[in-house]
Amino acid sequence: MIRAHTELLLSPPDANGRFGSFGGRFVPEVLFEALLGLEEAVRIALPDPGFRASYAQELTSFVGRPTALTHARQLSEAWGAEIWLKREDLAHTGAHKINNAVGQALLARRMGKTRVVAETGAGQHGVATAAACARIGLPCRVYMGAIDAARQSVNVQRMELFGAEVVCVHDGDATLRAAIDEALRAWAEEPSETFYLIGSAVGPHPYPWLVRELQSVIGHEARAALLAQAGALPDVAVACVGGGSNAIGLFHAFRDDASVDLVGVEAGGRGPGRDAASIGSGSPGVLHGAYSFLLQDNSGQVRETHSVSAGLDYPGVGPEHAALAASGRASYVSATDEEAIAALRECARLEGILPALESSHALAGARRLAHGNFRGKRILVNCSGRGDKDLDILRTECGA
Amino acid sequence: MKTRTRTDELQRAFERARSEGRPACMPFVLAGHPGKARFPDVLGQVAAVADVVEIGLPFSDPVADGPALARAARAALAEGVSLNWLLEVLHARAHEAGAALVLMSYLNPLLAHGLDTAVRDLAEAGVAGLIVPDVPFEESGELAVCCARQDLALIPLVSPLTSAPRLARIGATERGFLYAVSRTGITGGQTLATDLDDYLTRVRAATKLPIACGFGIRSRAQVERIRLHADGFVVGTALIEAIERGDDPARFLSELRPETRS
Repeated sequence: MIRAHTELLLSPPDANGRFGSFGGRFVPEVLFEALLGLEEAVRIALPDPGFRASYAQELTSFVGRPTALTHARQLSEAWGAEIWLKREDLAHTGAHKINNAVGQALLARRMGKTRVVAETGAGQHGVATAAACARIGLPCRVYMGAIDAARQSVNVQRMELFGAEVVCVHDGDATLRAAIDEALRAWAEEPSETFYLIGSAVGPHPYPWLVRELQSVIGHEARAALLAQAGALPDVAVACVGGGSNAIGLFHAFRDDASVDLVGVEAGGRGPGRDAASIGSGSPGVLHGAYSFLLQDNSGQVRETHSVSAGLDYPGVGPEHAALAASGRASYVSATDEEAIAALRECARLEGILPALESSHALAGARRLAHGNFRGKRILVNCSGRGDKDLDILRTECGA
Repeated sequence: MKTRTRTDELQRAFERARSEGRPACMPFVLAGHPGKARFPDVLGQVAAVADVVEIGLPFSDPVADGPALARAARAALAEGVSLNWLLEVLHARAHEAGAALVLMSYLNPLLAHGLDTAVRDLAEAGVAGLIVPDVPFEESGELAVCCARQDLALIPLVSPLTSAPRLARIGATERGFLYAVSRTGITGGQTLATDLDDYLTRVRAATKLPIACGFGIRSRAQVERIRLHADGFVVGTALIEAIERGDDPARFLSELRPETRS
């Protein structure tokens, strides 16, 4: 049975879309009315029994929820802690992204929008959006950085098979950030007709809130399953953080469980200056519509990022994570490319599960926690996606 | 002797154009374009024929701008253009007469400089107004306070999609002018809104401030259409492209400028 969204509408941001001092709606005037319209639609749809029923129905029959919770016995033994994996890699299209894509596509249809635009980094959100739009019957265009399209060519092919138009963005850094720039521009051209289906808990209000609500199914399921299987809550819940949608989706169910630590793992890349750890190495600023942490130079120009994982290769982070970091409710660490790849290999060999490079950052973080303050403790890790898409990168990075 | 304030400078620019029976000519130039070395000359040439010059500060993620301006911004950033560099250029030409100056910057470079400091430094460099395209009216509180303190006009934008109640609130702004975006979408488009006349009439009814219209303006014919409802026209992308072609910016602007009506 789906327990999704029994706690919908818990702690929305304030009327101006702020989580503490973070968030807001820093967009060109031409998009502002579209955001107001979306916010109103979200406020009405989320508590509406009809919308919730059709969303729950899609999560069950299309996405394949609830996803499993796996006790990783051999990793537990190897790392000296009790490791549990929330298996978002088993969701349709191979990652948690589909939870959000299906919800927003339903909302787009409900609002009478005639086309969907989206951005994608690793391609997982693009694939999820293309699949959801095919399912729901909406035309869809996905903007993808040219570098990402090259390193995730299989995902481009999948999107096209689902009928989406994939537009390669050669401007700027040619990764996720340039794709978002371009998707925002496309939205601004026809804001009345177009639904911008954003893929992470980033962007202007109400997106960070909407995406969190749609992804919170991860944490609610994991919490219930762990109570059922282990008879207890985790001591710590760990997730990777790029924009931060899988992490906020996991964290939210545990927000009021004071005994549960929340740890986000950012991309440490190849070390300081060649990373994508917005909270760890960044400072507050405004990018893509929200006031949050971002990687920038002294003049406020957004700097280039690096991560082996395309999905984490982004200079900003969702504003609610910035607020959770500022309040101390969650803490944020980073894992390097090398640590993530090592964790991926260990998980594959010991558990027969191939996690995505993104999720492998969470595993690398969990490994470090297990060797530190959480030795012998119960660690819940969100395995946010599967790693099939990363085989080419693994081959290039380490001659696998 | 009455002290002339900075926002008066903008008002005078519009009054001068109106007294000459023409819309105010408001070119947009990008700081450091086409190259740091040539920018001061371009600014001088443009300021000599314009009423108000809008100077854009390049930003790495200009989401309201089309490909031409985004490319120009990247090139300027690669040369190391920053707010501090622009301030030096402006101080160096402070004695020169000419058009009133307005800065267009995305919010983040101003935040990085410190909002209060940025606004003060701009005022001291002779800038009369500030346009921040990613700060809609509802997010403008703190910036408005900083601007008021330095007597700098914070120029609000409206678009064809701005609702009547919001248009009324934004139109009640007391200083500077209202920037009416001529169309949905980003800078550098080819067309104006189909209901432009109706839209600008609504804007006029909502404000006592002069109205400047911009985005997608490329021809004398468009300027003739806009002047029926607006007090000034902004030319951005078309001017940037002309400069890149090697055209004389002053001549390009003169050709767009409609004949004086008496």
